[in-house]
Amino acid sequence: MIGPDTLKKAEDNWQTEMGAWFAGERVVLRGKDLFTELNELSWFKYLMFGITGKVYSDKQMALIEAIWTLTVSYPEPRLWNNRIAALTGTANSTGILGTSAAIAATEASIFGNQINIIAIDFIKRAALLDGSDGSLEDLVKKEMKKNRIIPGYGRPIVQNDERIQPLIDKAQTLNLTDGLHFKAAKNVEKTLLNSRYRMVMNASGLAAALMADIGISNREYYYYTILAFSAGIIPCHIDAANKKEGTFFPLRCNRLNYTGHETRHW
Amino acid sequence: MSEEKENITTSIWREVAEEDNPFVAEKSYCSGYDVYGDLLGNVTWAEYIYLLFKLEKPKPWQSKLLENIAVAIANPGPRDLSVRGAMNGGVGGSTAASCLMAALAPGAGKNGGAREVYQVMRLWQQCQYDLSLWQQKLTDYEDEQTVEVWPASEHSPGFDPYGASCSTPVIQTLNHLTSIYSEGALAYLAANRNQFEQFADCPLGMTGVIAAAFTDLDLSDEQAEMLFLLLRLPGAAVHSLEQKKLGWRKYPFFGDGLTLTNDPGPTPLKSTFQKTL
Repeated sequence: MIGPDTLKKAEDNWQTEMGAWFAGERVVLRGKDLFTELNELSWFKYLMFGITGKVYSDKQMALIEAIWTLTVSYPEPRLWNNRIAALTGTANSTGILGTSAAIAATEASIFGNQINIIAIDFIKRAALLDGSDGSLEDLVKKEMKKNRIIPGYGRPIVQNDERIQPLIDKAQTLNLTDGLHFKAAKNVEKTLLNSRYRMVMNASGLAAALMADIGISNREYYYYTILAFSAGIIPCHIDAANKKEGTFFPLRCNRLNYTGHETRHW
Repeated sequence: MSEEKENITTSIWREVAEEDNPFVAEKSYCSGYDVYGDLLGNVTWAEYIYLLFKLEKPKPWQSKLLENIAVAIANPGPRDLSVRGAMNGGVGGSTAASCLMAALAPGAGKNGGAREVYQVMRLWQQCQYDLSLWQQKLTDYEDEQTVEVWPASEHSPGFDPYGASCSTPVIQTLNHLTSIYSEGALAYLAANRNQFEQFADCPLGMTGVIAAAFTDLDLSDEQAEMLFLLLRLPGAAVHSLEQKKLGWRKYPFFGDGLTLTNDPGPTPLKSTFQKTL
């Protein structure tokens, strides 16, 4: 039994290497002074440094930003996370409440962040097996049997993913498509298309493979994706807040398809 | 666009529109009961919450159990991680909703929060009344998913990792709830608490008691997780409002509590790190 000793030692005692503010003087992040050592970093490089402790090259940053811009920043208020921001706007509630709730909801299981972390884990396992005879097929079969999905493949609503080619084009212009994970991701897709599952790679799978190829860990990838959707979410709030209140897809009473118990008395 | 409009499918709620406005309900029915014409004035809050989750009228012991669960966890107190989250919103003058959201985020966790209740619900489903299975699961507890958004568990769910012995409020709550319903998980937990604590190598926590009570109410793991989040919000609300009034000067900042163990010092030399940027 551990008992309360751990808490006693931690009382008023937070030891950290991550960072701190020295009031009125300076700020340190991961051992580096913000004003003298990190002051030339772009915001995005600073964000990635905070998450990983690494300063990525300009080419890697261009890829990382492209993933955010091209794959998860759609200003589409019908998408489930974005719709939360739009509903918040039409309810005359604040932009930060709508945006933070929408970002929280992006931790979803049919899209977004619950998928992202298992997608990068999957592609790393796939890359280890890629090239061994039959192993990739076995992995896909086992994954389908266990989880009934291949994370990073298939898509709700539509089959094809229009984001794939623009992101591959961008990665190719940056010479960042030679990695083992990208190759494995394409081989998984081939395997799936030749099977009865007929699924194509989606942007989450491609992004996970490209990010794995620049050496990001699963947990770093999770943190890196947290704010990724925000550029699509905020415009949805702005749009709904600027329009007449309550007019974002109002629903009549008869739009409820009731399937429950018949009328009764308490 | 198709002729047929898309609908929300629900077995919980039915509405009949006012004659002069299709967007306003004249009648609202919850699982068949007229909410404003029949339930209002006739049901307690606990009965209504039970109805919403279970879609059936509770038996007297079920509503009494739920009502007492709600009292037991309404306010975990201002040292609790979820309430502290809310108070940070309060002292900063944040919006009311952000204070409750600030309670929900830490209150959702595997350390004393709703995910821990979810985990214990899963254990009840898997182990039921088989002590050897409980021993197997609680000793060196392992998460069901190895890769997930939740951080890895650091203790057996339902138990207090830093407890010296089972706390008085936990025992009082367990005993009281067991007195309301003594034929299920609560009673089994009360009867076998010492062994459970040996398996988990730490004393029973409030999440363990509440999960047993939710099991007795036949809630699903996801319903239990959601209800635990919801029922703990009153304390978060009032403590955040109180601290908002009192202000940040009277609220701990832990001014001397943080030690930066890799502090480069006040005038760092231009390092090789910067030259590489």
